[in-house]
Amino acid sequence: MATKHSRSAARLMMAPAVVLLLGWMLVPLIMTLYFSFKKYLPLRGDSLERGLDWVGFENYARFLSSSSFWPSVQATLVIVGGVLVITVILGIFLAMLLDQPMWGQGIVRILVIAPFFVMPTVSALVWKNMFMDPVNGLLAHLWRFFGAEPIVWLSDASVQSIILIVSWQWLPFATLILLTAIQSLDSEQLEAAEMDGANPVARFMYIILPHLGRAITIVILIQTIFLLSIFAEIFVTTGGSFGTRTLTYLIFQRVIDSQNIGLGSAGGVYAIILANIVAIFLMRIVGKNLDR
Amino acid sequence: MARAATTRRKVITTAAAWAIGLLIFFPIYWTILTSFKTEAQAINDPPLFFNFDWTLENYAVVQERSDYMRFLWNSVILAGGSTLIGILVAIPAAWSMAFVPSKRTKDILLWMLSTKMLPAVGVLYPISLLFVQFNLLDTRGGLIVVLMLINLPIIVWMLYTYFKEIPVDILEAARMDGASLREEILYVLTPMAIPGIASTILLNFILAWNEAFWTLNLTAANAGPLTAFIASYSSPEGLFFAKLSAASTMAIAPILILGWFSQKQLVRGLTFGAVK
Repeated sequence: MATKHSRSAARLMMAPAVVLLLGWMLVPLIMTLYFSFKKYLPLRGDSLERGLDWVGFENYARFLSSSSFWPSVQATLVIVGGVLVITVILGIFLAMLLDQPMWGQGIVRILVIAPFFVMPTVSALVWKNMFMDPVNGLLAHLWRFFGAEPIVWLSDASVQSIILIVSWQWLPFATLILLTAIQSLDSEQLEAAEMDGANPVARFMYIILPHLGRAITIVILIQTIFLLSIFAEIFVTTGGSFGTRTLTYLIFQRVIDSQNIGLGSAGGVYAIILANIVAIFLMRIVGKNLDR
Repeated sequence: MARAATTRRKVITTAAAWAIGLLIFFPIYWTILTSFKTEAQAINDPPLFFNFDWTLENYAVVQERSDYMRFLWNSVILAGGSTLIGILVAIPAAWSMAFVPSKRTKDILLWMLSTKMLPAVGVLYPISLLFVQFNLLDTRGGLIVVLMLINLPIIVWMLYTYFKEIPVDILEAARMDGASLREEILYVLTPMAIPGIASTILLNFILAWNEAFWTLNLTAANAGPLTAFIASYSSPEGLFFAKLSAASTMAIAPILILGWFSQKQLVRGLTFGAVK
């Protein structure tokens, strides 16, 4: 078994990865924490060389009391929640469909998965212009074909548009994971239920859905972590206007556009705390899996 | 088989699945198709599906206007470089955690995973500041390091789950035969680990290629990869759908092809081994 020698060798081999990640985590985190307690407005002459004023929790209080905070929380919840509902429900449906015997299964799978590999800036721009443009977009053509007035998607239905774009990107992920999980379902169990007279709805509710429980939880947790920080999709479409300013985007604007580093850093700390709450649940599940 | 599908049922599922698959794929198909149209044809109402004059002009224009090749090269360097360095750092770590586990292995793995969940925007300013201090802004080197660090947890995890599946007995046999640690890694482990390492490289190349927070915020004209190249088309400019499509097609084509090979690894890599 592992000797003392191999143990110290193992520690040595782990060191580079551990040290790098420790630095990557701690250095910026400590800096963000530091700035969040300081008044730091580079455009008004504050600079690191001359020293920054300590303001206690003022930035934290101001970030929460600013008029854009609650709308940004709402936008974040609606967008993340909307995408989760759409991708999970459609993902379950698609996974069950793709699990059936059919001709050209491999090709259909490739078609369904493809959006995941499209870089965020491309999918946002393609949707924004070629589909959602109120004059020349394909959806405007479609609306006019049916005699309806085209919708000005990114201003009149901005949040729905973002949800649509992001759902299109993430549906493949949900489908693929749920499909993998469904394929591990024992088909004899389904056959037995069918023979006992269980109808398709009962088979879905009592066999398929419970079997998918863990995979659904994982999809929700992982997507939540990624969705909380969507950036490019908003950056190149609405730029945060028309009610699409999420928490991530608000912090980005505080730091980059208004150059209020202290305030932005306090917001960043909130975002980190929020992400960690979700992360704890995910880690529990992943951790349990390690023991097996 | 009791559940053997009748032909009728198979026809229906096939039709439904193809219809949905084509609907989901349609935006990509439409982008590729539009890239071969003229600007006037691109916005034609009713939309043109086949009956237009195919042209390659947009590709030439895009290359000339924004120097596609340079962005492509940056993407290759950034994604390739960060993946390669990440793999070199991660292999020893994952190897030791898989084969010489200690009480703390699980904690270390979970802690590494937690660094992946740090929201990027929370540390945007500190990282920008460090980049300015060390003259790394808009350099490939700086971005390679950042991309490597954000993907390192996934690389370690994927390699760990692959290495875990290699039977330990074979390593013990090699040890009995007097193989040194170096020989053990080089001649026993490596050949068995190569498929897993290849999958890991593939998925992480894709993730680094598509990364669009740090690449947009830390680069400009010099080190910008394809994500930045496309973002430069975000302000509309008269008729530009065909050119946008050509630029988009060029940005996603390489990775779409690679992506199709990586379906299986995608599940394992992005669920940290929790779903296989």
